[in-house]
Parts: sequence; C-alpha cells; structure tokens
Amino acid sequence: MGYLSAIKDIEYILGIQLLKITENNAYEVYIDVQENDFNKLCFGLHQRLNSPVEMFFACDQRQERGVFVIYCAFLCAEYRKWFFVRMDIAQESPKFESLAKEIYSANLFEREMNEMFGIVPLGNPDLRRLNLHDEVWPQGYFPLRKDFKKPITDSAQTAQFEFNKIEGEGIFEIPVGPVHAGIIGPGHFRFSVAGEPIINLEIRLGFTHRGAEKLFEGKTALKAIGLSEGVAGDTAFANSLAYCQAIENISASVVPEYALYLRGICLELERMYNHVSGIGGIAIDVGYSFPAMLAAIIKENILCLNESITGSRYLKNFNKVGGVSKDIKNKDLILESLKAIEKDFNDLKSTLIPSVSFMDRVDTTGVLIKKTTKDLGIVGLAARASGISRDLRKIFGGIYEKVSFNVAKEESGDVLARLNVRLSEFSESVSLIRKFIERAQKTENKLFVESNFKDGFGLGSAESWRGPILYWLKIDNSGLIQRCKIVDPSFHNWQGLSYAVLGNIVPDFPVCNKSFDLSYPGNDL
Amino acid sequence: MKEIILNSLKKGLVTKPAKEFEDLGRELKSEIYKKFGRSFHIRQVDTGSCNACISEIIATTNPIYDIQRFGIDFVASPRHADAILVTGPVSKNMALALKKTYDAMPEPKFVITLGNCAKDGGLFKDSYYVENGVSNILPVDAHVPGCPPNPTEIIKAILNFLRK
Repeated sequence: MGYLSAIKDIEYILGIQLLKITENNAYEVYIDVQENDFNKLCFGLHQRLNSPVEMFFACDQRQERGVFVIYCAFLCAEYRKWFFVRMDIAQESPKFESLAKEIYSANLFEREMNEMFGIVPLGNPDLRRLNLHDEVWPQGYFPLRKDFKKPITDSAQTAQFEFNKIEGEGIFEIPVGPVHAGIIGPGHFRFSVAGEPIINLEIRLGFTHRGAEKLFEGKTALKAIGLSEGVAGDTAFANSLAYCQAIENISASVVPEYALYLRGICLELERMYNHVSGIGGIAIDVGYSFPAMLAAIIKENILCLNESITGSRYLKNFNKVGGVSKDIKNKDLILESLKAIEKDFNDLKSTLIPSVSFMDRVDTTGVLIKKTTKDLGIVGLAARASGISRDLRKIFGGIYEKVSFNVAKEESGDVLARLNVRLSEFSESVSLIRKFIERAQKTENKLFVESNFKDGFGLGSAESWRGPILYWLKIDNSGLIQRCKIVDPSFHNWQGLSYAVLGNIVPDFPVCNKSFDLSYPGNDL
Repeated sequence: MKEIILNSLKKGLVTKPAKEFEDLGRELKSEIYKKFGRSFHIRQVDTGSCNACISEIIATTNPIYDIQRFGIDFVASPRHADAILVTGPVSKNMALALKKTYDAMPEPKFVITLGNCAKDGGLFKDSYYVENGVSNILPVDAHVPGCPPNPTEIIKAILNFLRK
C-alpha cells in the first residue's frame, strides 16, 4: 500500500481534497476528485510519477447516473499501478477545463473527447476533429454517446479541414496522400518546405476510422476477441492479449502458467516478424534492396512458423479469455526454425551495419530529442530510442520476471537509434522464446480457466512491438460491453514523427517514417 | 559488396519450391501474356483495413512467392494500372479518394477487392462510419475472400479472374 502515502503527499502539497481512493483489480487505483481539483491532481501525478497521460477518455453514464464520467490515467512504474483520476461531468452542455494547457500529452485525447462525446475542453486552442472528417460528417453528431443516431442523409458538407499555414518567402507546401505510392495504409502529410529542409509537417489521419470502439459496445465480452484482432492486423496478437487481460482482470481469473508461456511465445513472435520487416523497410527506403529482401525472407519464414504452430499467419484465433484456445505441440519446430532465423538475421546484420553508405543515411537522421519525447508522451520503441527506457514487460513482470531480459535503450533518438533498438529487441525475443519453451515444458499442460463472469471495469495492457496497447473495458451484469477504450502506441507516436523530421530533407521522410513504423488503423480505430 | 555476393550465393534460390505453386504461376503467366500483352499492373488502395491484408499483398512480392516473375507488378500510380486492388471496408473518409483513384485509371480498368472487409464490411459491417464494402462505391469485377487471404490464395484468385 506504499502508493497511498504517495497520493496523500500529493494531496497535502497541492492542498486539495480527494473524495475517494478505490483499488480495483490488481493493478488499478481510482481516485475520485471534485471538478476544481481534477487538473491539479493530474498535474501533480504527472510530475511525481514522471508519467505522460497514458489514457484520457470519457464514459457516457447519463442513463444510469445522469453524468458523463471522465478518466485520466497515469502509469506508476514504482508501485506497479495505473492511477486513474476520475470525475463526473454534468450532462447539460458538458465541459471541463482543458488539461492540455499544462500537460501536452493530454491534447489529442481532449480533441477526441470533443468529437466523439461533445465534451468541450475549455481553453484548448485546437479543437479540429481528428477522425470524423468535416468533409463527410456533419457537426453535432457524437458517435460514442449512448443516444447517438446516424445522420440520416449524407448532407453535402462544404466544411474544409484547415491546415496550419506556414508563411514566408520561398516557402511552399507539398501535400501527400491519403493514397500513397506504396502498398500501405492511407494518411495525409502536409509538408511546408523551403528549398529542401522540412519546416513543418502536419499529419492528418483518420482515413481508416471504422468506429471500432462503438462496435465493441453491446457485444458479448467473451465473443468480441475477433474484433480486437481486427483493430490493427500487425499487432493482432497484442491487441487480443490486452483485450483478454482486461476481461481476466475484471473477472479475477488466474490464467494457467502454461498458457502464459504460450502467450509469451506468440507475443515475441509477433515482435520478431514486425521488427525484421521494419528493419527491411528502413533499408529499402534508402534504396538498399538486398538486406530488404533478406528481411522479407525472414519475415515470411516467421509467418509460416506462426501458421504451423497456431494455424494463423497473424496469430489470430489463438487467444481466448482465460488462456489460449489450443496447445502448441510442436515446440521443437519453433526451436529449429529459430536457429535458421537467427542465422539469416546475422547475415542481415552483416550486410547492413558495415555498409558506409547505409550508415550515412540513417545516422543523425530524424532526431527526436528526449525533451520532446517526454512532453509528447511518446511510448514504446520510439521512446526507448530517445533515452526513455520503459517497457510494460519489465514493469508488470508476470512471466517476464521469471526470465532475465534486457530492455533496449539508445540515447540519440535518430533513425539509427530506432534501428538499433529493433535489432537488439529481435535478438532478445529469440532468447526469450527459448526460455519460455524451456519453462513451459516443465509446467503442467493446462490451457485455460473458465472465467466466472461478473460486471465491472478494468484495464488490460500488453507491450506490443510498437509499444503499450491498452484496453479499458466496462461490462454490465449481463456480460455485454458498455464501453471499450483502446489506446494504440501510434496514437501518441505519430506526433513524434512530425517533430523528428523537422530540418531533414524531404527525401529522408520515408526512412524517418519507417523508423517509427506506425499504424494507421491502430491510430484511427 | 563482397558480403552481398557471398550471401546471395550461399542462399541460392529461395522461391517456393512447391510444384502446385509453380504450376499456378506458369498458368498465370500465360494468361497474362494472352490477355494483357506482357504484364498486369495493379494499384493497391487501402480504405481502412487492419493492415493484415496489406501485409499479405506485400508478401506476394517477397523472394519466396515473387509474384513479379509471373508478370504482375504493383505500381505507384493509378495511371499505370490495369486494375485496382482494394482492401478494407471503405471508411467514409476514404470514399472520395477511392473514387478519384478509380477515375484516374485509363480504360479498360478493373476493380478487385481483397479480404472479407472489402466484400461487405466484414468485422466492421454496419458501423456508423463504413460504407459496407467496395461494391457500394465502385463496380467490382473480382473478389479475393479471406481474413486475410494468404499469398497463394491471392495468386489463385487473380488467376481465376484472368481466366474469365
């Protein structure tokens, strides 16, 4: 209970009065406050815990209690807890004082609440909509409200999104997207350029918005795993893992150790195939195709391995609430494949790293400095490349506590740093899988527990290859989902890209972009 | 340079050795020769897929499947394309961009959809923000089912389309 005194300290120093502190599940603490104290406490926690805003979202409780409830979550690594600051907001013309004025990492969440719930963050200077584009969606329709109805006609909207204007002699704009030249998702990039260097980059996303959070609502919690796997396909396993964990936390199910090892193996396999594909992508974006092809071979081999052990190349339909749906019988196949994969990977490294012309393109390109990383709340591999080594696998332990592994960390924040983080995480994953297999073989072969279902709310989290994926679920007493809030690491990290490219030349943009390797569907939901 | 040459010699031929796959490819190649001269160019457009479909399309171009040796290429502009390959359930935000991409293609042009979402919305069917599949926006000529379809299935489906 050490965290209590920490909270009391903050309460005392700020001179505020907390209404209630409740512990929920194993890792969550909810702190209720009055409206006036909300921002003060959030700022206090932000400073004390050294944590950006991890989640900031609303929940429509007007039918039950006549209010909207908003939650702002911080991660306390020291006590292994998530702190949720919670307050009620009156339903008539809902609003609150903007938190983003003090904590920048709250900004995008506030814009999201404004468009999805119509809850206005007073004083936030930028309330342009993120996902509901002005060109196709009328004002005044808030999809995540419970009484939301689709706009009847596609009333022709004339409203246009306004990009930030950069003015000055010789400055011109380069618009790119939403349809790009490669085989990739849609997004719009607006470069303001003087000569070659990029002066400003504004990224407009939301083109793959499908209303995923709304689709979860009203679905049976045990049956919506498939939907979570469709949120972002390259992190299908991490998404379903976070989703399942949320339900397991709510129902207090204890997943058998054996199943945890199988999940660990899959999570690391997902990390491996994406990292190697990203490494190949960086090579191809500077025109170095041999290692890119080698990387594509390794990726394909891992995908084939995935298929032969779980039946799905993208590890779908493997997770299940309470454990896993099938056993991985052929563990020797994994060990054998790992040997071949590791050999190919060493070849990849030996063609990449000693190449002077390759290093020339990635070294000191696209630097994201530590201060910006912190202010924006950048997470995952991009944060670890800029000197912030935070990894949920280390913080929350579980099976990862039983085996030793190193969290990669680089200081320089450039493309090379992000590449190095990925290189070392790949090798770390190989050794983790070996350790998990070794331990799994000594553990009782039990795949899942039946979860006794009860209503409640809770958070599930998984450190995907890109960074932490968070699912916050609220389930009613008939087992139906009332609210599902998803935060993908891309939601934080896209902003990092627009800062990292400043001062770089336009032809270096693809390699900067690939080094962050962000998801469009994960961000847009 | 020495490393690269050595590496590629050591690695040798990596394309998928399965006979079934090679037969498929040979037939694909001859169909493309007959109907499109020498090559069949595809422009890919994503309208809100989860990325798994995209990943599988990219996989068809990797050295193991290497779809390019059969005469299929993924091009950077709709102006160079014989067909567009559309993934995703069509988010409202992408409807206009999809139409514009189609309009920019020269005649004759074909639309192929890939993945369950592109057929009728799939996982995201009847969401407030999707158009429930490509056929509500464009005339669709062929469909590749799956979630996601694997590279062999993609090549098979393209072959079936070309046979018609």
